[in-house]
Amino acid sequence: MKARPEQFQSRDRTWQPKALTPAYKSTRLRAPGRPPVLFANTLSETTGPVFGHDMIGPQDNDLICNYASSDGAAIGPRIAVHGRVRDENGRVVPGVLIEIWQANSAGRYRHKNDTYLAPLDANFGGAGRTITDKKGCYTFQTVQPGPYPWPNSENAWRPAHIHFSVFGSGFAQRLITQMYFEGDPLIPLCPIVQSLNDPAAVNQLTARLDMDTAISMDRLAYRFDIVLRGTTSTPFENRLEGN
Amino acid sequence: MGTKLRLRESPSQTAGPYVHIGCVPNTCGVGRPFMTDLGAVMLGDKTPGERIAVEGQIFDGAGDVLKDALIEVWQADHAGQYATATAGQPGVFSGWGRQATDLDTGRFRFETIKPGCVQCADGRLQAPHISFWIVARGINLGLNTRMYFSDEAQANAKCPVFLQVEEQFRPTLTAERNGDVYIFDIYLQGAKETVFFDI
Ligand SMILES: [Fe+3]
Repeated sequence: MKARPEQFQSRDRTWQPKALTPAYKSTRLRAPGRPPVLFANTLSETTGPVFGHDMIGPQDNDLICNYASSDGAAIGPRIAVHGRVRDENGRVVPGVLIEIWQANSAGRYRHKNDTYLAPLDANFGGAGRTITDKKGCYTFQTVQPGPYPWPNSENAWRPAHIHFSVFGSGFAQRLITQMYFEGDPLIPLCPIVQSLNDPAAVNQLTARLDMDTAISMDRLAYRFDIVLRGTTSTPFENRLEGN
Repeated sequence: MGTKLRLRESPSQTAGPYVHIGCVPNTCGVGRPFMTDLGAVMLGDKTPGERIAVEGQIFDGAGDVLKDALIEVWQADHAGQYATATAGQPGVFSGWGRQATDLDTGRFRFETIKPGCVQCADGRLQAPHISFWIVARGINLGLNTRMYFSDEAQANAKCPVFLQVEEQFRPTLTAERNGDVYIFDIYLQGAKETVFFDI
């Protein structure tokens, strides 16, 4: 068995969004008032659940097909979303479970609490799963989600986005985030996006159109790389692979 | 020669109100293609240890219950060892659980075993505890906390992590026992605000 890391680098809380960002209304009653208590990682933080490739079905990462009837397919612009998971030290992270969820191409979620009047798509569920390969790479096939309105304030609209849930090897690396699409004019208007303190952080969550991976007459592609917390173990000499 | 790389962690964004679709699809009617929810079952019939349940609710600053939160727990087995087996294998203790708070009542419930004591790097023993991670609409970065056991007062009093919490706030981490059930209510704000950790 691989040795477990001693510690993860402490989380940069100036880079991460603050708990209370009043323009995003729901944080007002849900943001803790006291700062979190820092302590050195123990095994409880450096270990975490392990997921095997055998738990992933062949269509789990294909949202165009994975809810559709046998002769059906989800409606909307077909896209591939792919990227690589690395840690803060630049090491690729294989075996990472990634779960995604999203609205359909009309901006409607398959969820009983979503009352937006845009239609459901009978062939679209909106959930996908995959596990990164040896090089830390993942791919999803899906349709471009639509923007949707939300009750934060008068005429508030979310930019098109895909929700990502990512597991590292340690419970302290657990991360949920959202992927946005390059060029979306709603990005600067969104108080959830603007919970981030730095335009570079917004940039990190904005997927790039990737014409090299797009498939002619079939689908466009977007690239979205993910970075998990790294360990404090010996600094790693490395070059970015494939970049 | 390579250069020393220093990347920044991907910034977090809220899980939003529809986290169920991706993480517990069977609680919101999506199901297909995921017929079981990951983390729904933490143990098997033969898992050694004392059977317990952990139940509670999460309260916001107005005293209202969160009905759209997702909780993950991570814990050691009865002997204080963390599982290294693949999660989700039937009958194997995974140490990892995931539940949404009920869409109507906001209650959560984990069926598990009482964990043993986990060693710190310096050999000292931590008191039995369960690590919690909470995400929801209105939570920009997942909240980490720990649940300790009210009937482990001696171990708690020696736990290096528990002792780093100011004494007046320690009760917010201690679940009360009621038969086989430990009640662990979580308060996001206010006088009873739970201690959250920067892990
Ligand atoms: Fe959303």
